Amino acid sequence: MNLDAKLPQGPIEQAWDAHRKDIRVVNPTNKRRYNVIVVGTGLAGASAAATLSELGYNVQAFSFHDSPRRAHSIAAQGGINAAKNYQNDGDSVWRLFYDTVKGGDFRAREANVYRLAQVSVDIIDHCVAQGVPFARDYGGLLQNRSFGGALVSRTFYAQGQTGQQLLLGAYQALSKEIRSGGVTMHNRRELLDVVLIDGHAKGIVVRDLLTGKIERHAADAVVLATGGYGNVFFLSTNARASNVTATYRAYRRGAGFANPCFTQIHPTCVPVAGEHQSKLTLMSESLRNHGRVWVPLKPGDTRPPSKIPESERDYYLERIYPTFGNLVPRDVASRAAKRMVDEGRSVLPGGQAVYLDFAESIDRLGEAAIKDRYGNLFDMYERITGDSPYKTPMKIYPASHYTMGGLWVDYNLMTTIPGLYAIGEANFSDHGANRLGASALMQGLADGYFVLPYTIGDYLAQTKPGFDDTQHSAFADVEAEVHSRVERLLNTSGKRSATYFHRKLGLLIWKHCGMARNKEGLTEALEEIPKIREQFWAEVNVPGSAGDLNQALERAGRVADFIEFGEIMVRDALTREESCGGHFREEHKTPEGEALRDDENFQHGAVWEFTGDGNEPRRHREELDFKYVLPSQRSYK
Amino acid sequence: MKVTLRVWRQAGAGGSGSFKDYPVEVVPEMSFLEVLDVINDELVAKAEEPIAFEHDCREGICGSCGAMVNGRAHGPGDQSTLCQVHMRQFSDGDLIVVEPWRAEAFPVIKDLVVDRASLDRIIQAGGYISVRTGSAPDANALPIGKPLADLAFDYAACIGCGACVAACPNASASLFTAAKASQLNLLPQGQVERTSRAIALVETMDAEGFGSCTNHGECAAICPKGIPLKAIAQLNRDLVRARVVGSPSKDPS
Ligand code: SF4
Ligand code: FES
Repeated sequence: MNLDAKLPQGPIEQAWDAHRKDIRVVNPTNKRRYNVIVVGTGLAGASAAATLSELGYNVQAFSFHDSPRRAHSIAAQGGINAAKNYQNDGDSVWRLFYDTVKGGDFRAREANVYRLAQVSVDIIDHCVAQGVPFARDYGGLLQNRSFGGALVSRTFYAQGQTGQQLLLGAYQALSKEIRSGGVTMHNRRELLDVVLIDGHAKGIVVRDLLTGKIERHAADAVVLATGGYGNVFFLSTNARASNVTATYRAYRRGAGFANPCFTQIHPTCVPVAGEHQSKLTLMSESLRNHGRVWVPLKPGDTRPPSKIPESERDYYLERIYPTFGNLVPRDVASRAAKRMVDEGRSVLPGGQAVYLDFAESIDRLGEAAIKDRYGNLFDMYERITGDSPYKTPMKIYPASHYTMGGLWVDYNLMTTIPGLYAIGEANFSDHGANRLGASALMQGLADGYFVLPYTIGDYLAQTKPGFDDTQHSAFADVEAEVHSRVERLLNTSGKRSATYFHRKLGLLIWKHCGMARNKEGLTEALEEIPKIREQFWAEVNVPGSAGDLNQALERAGRVADFIEFGEIMVRDALTREESCGGHFREEHKTPEGEALRDDENFQHGAVWEFTGDGNEPRRHREELDFKYVLPSQRSYK
Repeated sequence: MKVTLRVWRQAGAGGSGSFKDYPVEVVPEMSFLEVLDVINDELVAKAEEPIAFEHDCREGICGSCGAMVNGRAHGPGDQSTLCQVHMRQFSDGDLIVVEPWRAEAFPVIKDLVVDRASLDRIIQAGGYISVRTGSAPDANALPIGKPLADLAFDYAACIGCGACVAACPNASASLFTAAKASQLNLLPQGQVERTSRAIALVETMDAEGFGSCTNHGECAAICPKGIPLKAIAQLNRDLVRARVVGSPSKDPS
């Protein structure tokens, strides 16, 4: 597997400019002869499709939703980082770069992260010009807030709906290009496989979710913008349809999958209420600015919070991390909550939760001030749980939220398959082992608006334009495989829904490959997953037919892929014998119980290669080199 | 507690449909969509086809979900989407009638799923500001007063769910259309295309088969995002202005 990242040479500050100068460009009059397929129309996909079309390429965009506006990017609450330094507090491209590399626990490429920080400023300019209504101050200028432990205020936001407003901006740009004819939009199409000809990505096979028709689409390059795999845990903050199928299918065709064990668990989510639970809801991390996290001092204390006196409460984050207190990074806060619950100090009878208490802030600042800041979130919480956080502490618990792992890509965002690109959460590139708050939106839009549209030209310029031969035997072969997978699902005759197996898989992975991992548990998971797979095929039932809207069939296909993918994720966690960022191996910790990295042996990206069904995948390494930000142990005490 | 869902089942577009009753055991913490999940799991176990319904985020932001519940779009909540409704809002023994959005411009696809692509086509007609990637000036070059920015934000909050259409006796999409037109037409960046946008959006809305607005106000009363009725007044002012000033071009692109 060729893992040449094609990193630019020379000083990092000029690397991106120099790279753009060096790569090939497609003659503008030639661009319309090239067809580019973009799969997924969230932040990354919609922005890429729109920009490629503006540049003159012929774009075919695909979404499994009824409209591109439904993509899960819409649910991001907090904000988007950019090194604008509008607050004059000493921010710079350098500082954003530094924070991101360090926050990622030194498991991301310096050159990629530097470029991300550079283009972050262009994103804000562009989105404001599109009419995205960011928060403003009374002078009419843009507001910022601080986020995720950063020492500067660089986060732009639109109340608690930043993702929604940015996605709608990208959706509108896409709509503009659909109108102009540069983009052909295919809604309600789900990618089921990627087609390679002579080792190059030349098209995709999709299912029309309304008619069930399997379609072939050819192009000169294929871009996957299909998001992350957080739903492998079944319960997560991801939308219900988010899945791994597109990237997993690409992996099976030869695209390396990098760092699948790097997953982010968000500390402040509404806890699981019962076995019917279908998804979890995030409560913005900004709440930790005014809330105090605590559990009862004694295990098994079932008194209501109001009956537990101050002296019998344990404000454990303040106790363990006196400097950062309630504001420690996401991974640290999540693991601490787990420790409390493991000690029997959960505040949810029969469940798992800790308190996030606003009483002191309400006392100090008044209810109105808290309402002004968090009114939306408090209402949302009350709507879900029936409890008012003004009167009683919130109950929260960590949940799967984002995945840093993804398809391996080089500096041009191309996977190990020539002509196949991955952007946004679908790739592994910029966040290392842990993503900072407000950086997901930044990366999705950076890839889509400002990176891919240029770098894809390097490949296309070397490719003969206008490939459209869907009659090629490679298409027929892939289509036949897709058909037989669909048939196999429909021919099952068990008694259980796919959701049953998804839940079972999720519980297993959450237990052994969630917030804390160890060799024993991971080994057990690796033995259990194949059993779940066998049971799935023996006992699942997929009613209905292949020929119309069949949501049970859609779900079953996604679950089948999650089960297979889960194995790679566990294998990755097992072989990474260190703790870093979101990956915490209990065997590798400091005497105080904090994550202990092993730079000597694991300062690399682990890239998995598919070697055939029934064979163990092969692990490759991309060594990481730190010239500008020297690795140090993170400390938040 | 035990409730009965009386759900509209329709095999496909254009076909006929009918109601079917599903008695189900629930707990107050369950969300409405989780009750549909439970019913569907039971149907699958009996090898029957589950109820088709749209949903994704399940937290009120993607706009996928929606149905008429006891005659009310998105059910009993105040400013909430169907996915935000919980069973504690119902009582033991309730009969709950669940139907798809009913509107000419939203043909039923199956069971509770309707086709809302007409809303996308309204946006494609001009619900954007024509700016090319990479051509924007510095974001702070153009200050925008906070009250104006906040108002634009209020209009921008629309999630495209279509409840306003379903609630309107004329099945008009005026609130949806006006929310986008007014957001962009208020902002300084949106001025160049202001008149052409107003005309193009309204013409497309009419062409898609939505009814016209006769000021019932049901839309704003039901809208899960609280889009105010004055958005429509704003759009109407822009239309009048367009007729007076004249539109430079009908196509804003
Ligand atoms: S205006 Fe309100 S009801 Fe209508 S589509 Fe938008 S959010 Fe839904
Ligand atoms: S499922 Fe997204 S708004 Fe209801």
